[in-house]
Amino acid sequence: MAAGTTVHHYCMNYSCSAPSLGPRMKRGRFNIQLNNPSLSTPERAVKRRRSGASGFHWHEPHLPDSVEDWGNLPHHVVLQIFQYLSLVDRARASSVCRRWNDVFHIPDLWRRFEFELNQPATSYLKSTHPDLIQQIIKRHAQHLQYVSFKVDSCTESAEAACDILSQLVNCTIKTLGLISTARPSFMNVSQSHFVSALTVVFVNSKSLSSIKIDDTPVDDPSLKVLVANNSDTLKLLKMSSCPHVSPAGILCVADQCHGLRELALNYHLLSDELLLALSSEKHVHLEHLRIDVVSENPGQTQFHTIKKSSWDALIRHSPKVNIVMYFFLYEEEFEPFFCEETPVTHLYFGRAVSKEMLGRIGLNCPRLVELVVCANGVEPLDEELIRIAERCKSLTAIGLGECEVTCTGFIEFVKRCGGRLSQLSIMEEVLIPDNSYNPEQIHNEVSKYLGRMWFPDMMPTW
Amino acid sequence: MVVNSVHWFRKGLRLHDNPALQEALKGADTLRCVYVLDPWFAGSANVGVNRWRFLLESLEDLDACLRKLNSRLFVVRGQPADVFPRLFKEWGVTRLTFEYDSEPYGKERDAAIIKMAQEFGVETVVKKSHTLYDLDRIIEMNNSSPPLTFKRFQAIVNRLGLPRKPLPTVTRQQMDGCWTDVSMNHDERFGVPTLEELGFKTQELSPAVWKGGETEALERLKKHLDRKAWVANFERPQINVCSLMASPTGLSPYLRFGCLSCRLFYYELRDLYLKVRKHSSPPLSLFGQLLWREFFYTAATNNPNFDRMEGNPICVQIPWDHNPEALAKWAEGRTGFPWIDAIMTQLRQEGWIHHLARHAVACFLTRGDLWLSWESGMRVFEELLLDADWSVNAGSWMWLSCSAFFQQFFHCYCPVGFGRRTDPSGDYIRKYIPKLRDYPNRYIYEPWNAPESVQKAVNCVVGVDYPRPMINHAEVSRLNIERMKQVYQQLSHYKGLSLLASVPTIQEEAELPRSDDSQSHNSSDVQSDEPSKKASLGKRERPSELQRPPACTQPKVQRRSTAEGSSSKQQY
Repeated sequence: MAAGTTVHHYCMNYSCSAPSLGPRMKRGRFNIQLNNPSLSTPERAVKRRRSGASGFHWHEPHLPDSVEDWGNLPHHVVLQIFQYLSLVDRARASSVCRRWNDVFHIPDLWRRFEFELNQPATSYLKSTHPDLIQQIIKRHAQHLQYVSFKVDSCTESAEAACDILSQLVNCTIKTLGLISTARPSFMNVSQSHFVSALTVVFVNSKSLSSIKIDDTPVDDPSLKVLVANNSDTLKLLKMSSCPHVSPAGILCVADQCHGLRELALNYHLLSDELLLALSSEKHVHLEHLRIDVVSENPGQTQFHTIKKSSWDALIRHSPKVNIVMYFFLYEEEFEPFFCEETPVTHLYFGRAVSKEMLGRIGLNCPRLVELVVCANGVEPLDEELIRIAERCKSLTAIGLGECEVTCTGFIEFVKRCGGRLSQLSIMEEVLIPDNSYNPEQIHNEVSKYLGRMWFPDMMPTW
Repeated sequence: MVVNSVHWFRKGLRLHDNPALQEALKGADTLRCVYVLDPWFAGSANVGVNRWRFLLESLEDLDACLRKLNSRLFVVRGQPADVFPRLFKEWGVTRLTFEYDSEPYGKERDAAIIKMAQEFGVETVVKKSHTLYDLDRIIEMNNSSPPLTFKRFQAIVNRLGLPRKPLPTVTRQQMDGCWTDVSMNHDERFGVPTLEELGFKTQELSPAVWKGGETEALERLKKHLDRKAWVANFERPQINVCSLMASPTGLSPYLRFGCLSCRLFYYELRDLYLKVRKHSSPPLSLFGQLLWREFFYTAATNNPNFDRMEGNPICVQIPWDHNPEALAKWAEGRTGFPWIDAIMTQLRQEGWIHHLARHAVACFLTRGDLWLSWESGMRVFEELLLDADWSVNAGSWMWLSCSAFFQQFFHCYCPVGFGRRTDPSGDYIRKYIPKLRDYPNRYIYEPWNAPESVQKAVNCVVGVDYPRPMINHAEVSRLNIERMKQVYQQLSHYKGLSLLASVPTIQEEAELPRSDDSQSHNSSDVQSDEPSKKASLGKRERPSELQRPPACTQPKVQRRSTAEGSSSKQQY
């Protein structure tokens, strides 16, 4: 947020050529005693002439030569300082003098840029000023290496992002992120527009290492272009909810990009072949695999199963891989999951999940680290939780929303997990009082087993 | 010397436990009870007809109670700043009393009135009685910043001991000592206006479910306690369909307008508990509702931007969408989710909804589904909700939208499942959305999933007679959880995979020894406790956005011996 405002302010200054800062400066303050002999006098002379011409006398004429000024700092020093400054501060500083302005444009300062594209009608956020965007495309496109686009829910914003992308022809971009800060708007851009913009970057930047394009209309052919140009460098690919990609499309990436370490995708793209490809000898160890399991309407999707042997192959190849699964399913759709041992580490259930399913998790998810359950039926989950505590030895974080657990069952669970539970987030209403404990006492018991102060989460009674 | 008192009613619309009114009576030769009402305000302000009706009923009741004491209520039309100079002169006022208002807007306004009174040589006496405790004292005990977690707040309250006892109600004898002449044209000049006079159309107005006034409040309090005594269970009640309906024992609007003293409520509850449970002293949870109210008052008192995101030091900056159309659908109960629409309908018709219902619609509007700013939701509640108080309303909205107070954001309420768990047969929906009355239980929460034949058979086709769901909940909850994660990871500088760890932890409560609930609220405990340590963030750094409010530079209200100034944005 702050960045948005900053850039906006920056642009205001940037577009007006007469630096508003100048007249406010006290000249004396800009003189500095420097004993650094490396300062070259000719440059200083040039400086003096120029500033004289523009009406600013940075040097009082009577000052002795030993007095140096800020305008004479060598490039590398200014650069060093500029690297600590925000864009807005750099922009302001750049209007001080030509030399600082030169430094302002040094490529090193333009490696990283975040374009913020928002429409005032739909977003609270400010946008990167069009003048600045033009400046970047004209003067700094070739310097950009780490580029991200933050867009709001407006199609216009996403289209603006595509327009910029398609102008980034002479680039060596390493990381590219298309980030929707609200509802994803890239999906509303025409597919051909989006794909052609994206492939401009894929083709021109031949050393892309990390790409985050969740919720976009990227398709198989564009992934082919990606692979053809960047297969040696690609390390990270996040493309959750990209409906135009097929299992074959992502398989092609996995087959060719042996350096791929992080991958995020939807469950319908996950296949045995993909896991085996990621586990091939040529492939580096996979570090993160994120899988979103989404269904839109009940009964609409039949979910396939992944063979245990494929999971096993992946774990043999990448023993430390984190497998993160986000579920947004209806209760009756969970059948194909976790019937066999699954090496998932982080599990998030965004909708109600059945008691039975949680029971299977205790049985079949020995690598589980984090479990978040947003909702469950009205039956207490005591047994399931206790089983999870016993069998999931790596579990360190658990969150329970609209569920039910008896106080005794919950304490039993915490007791078995003990201090390894570094995150324990339970709504107060989840805990059902029983004969042994009431919610008033429970925090003492739980705190005891955790070895730290703990309270259930609360919602205001209002 | 002659003492001519004026007691200025704003909130605190009652004769019982009214310390400022008692001050007005002390040694007074005359007393006039005044309510200042700006008729222009009625049309312009963001306050709905139910709230105005409640206010006017409360004023009527106040007038009726004063009549029994041979006095009257003077409802003066105008703005306080214009009205008082006139009244000071006309009535030869020497003393002005009113209840302290802790809210920033009220403090500012009262400071101006106090200054003006001084210029007229009028003594002002301000007394705190809208909250259980002195909020400044709570802040002081938390190292000069308001506690940001409820647990921390409770720990401090525990050390504060009992609140002050409520004062008895004003008696006829007291009033007789300061009898004032009531002019023949009193009703004309100072009568309580009607809704029509304020420009509201009342033909289509259904009868009030909540009747304003102290008399009603005290009757409800009695029923409330009778029910508690009968149930003899002081634990959190199990929520069912009855909880969702307006209850004749509900008290929140009366606390809001001060028709009921929070301290009277506190002590009556406490006494009942002691009577029923013999020796055990009451747990803090017994006073849950009162303490939450107090918590938000404390958080807001020095923060004039408490009701907005920008410039609010405790509010996480979240890039909400602007979407007036979606907002209107929510506010008017046209979302296509019967559970949400029923709640919004009840709110509009009756002015009150259960707190779980508030959670449901607030979550739906903000982080759960529509991704719209909590500020717009807060404004709708301000218009419709009888008990919407500036501090409590804004604070609760920030809480529910995960914009402050370090909330885990994975707790989302499903607009289908949550209601179904509370009221499986959907009676609540059938009551507020009669169109859906004949839907089978199975589809009442998701009529769009009913087969067409069923929709036709019950004479309510989705998309024709009742709106289609305005969003796909599964899809948006996936997106929104990512959005929240983005915001919170930035805030906590956390880059790992854990969803739970992306919320910054605050350990402030952990550092304060919390006395056990079995211990008494004896103030002697207070001495033994270490002075509270400053709130500090857990393993991760405290996000700069959440830095303690920079001792909000609110112009300090001039203090008199007892008191400060006050009132809220509305002029109640």
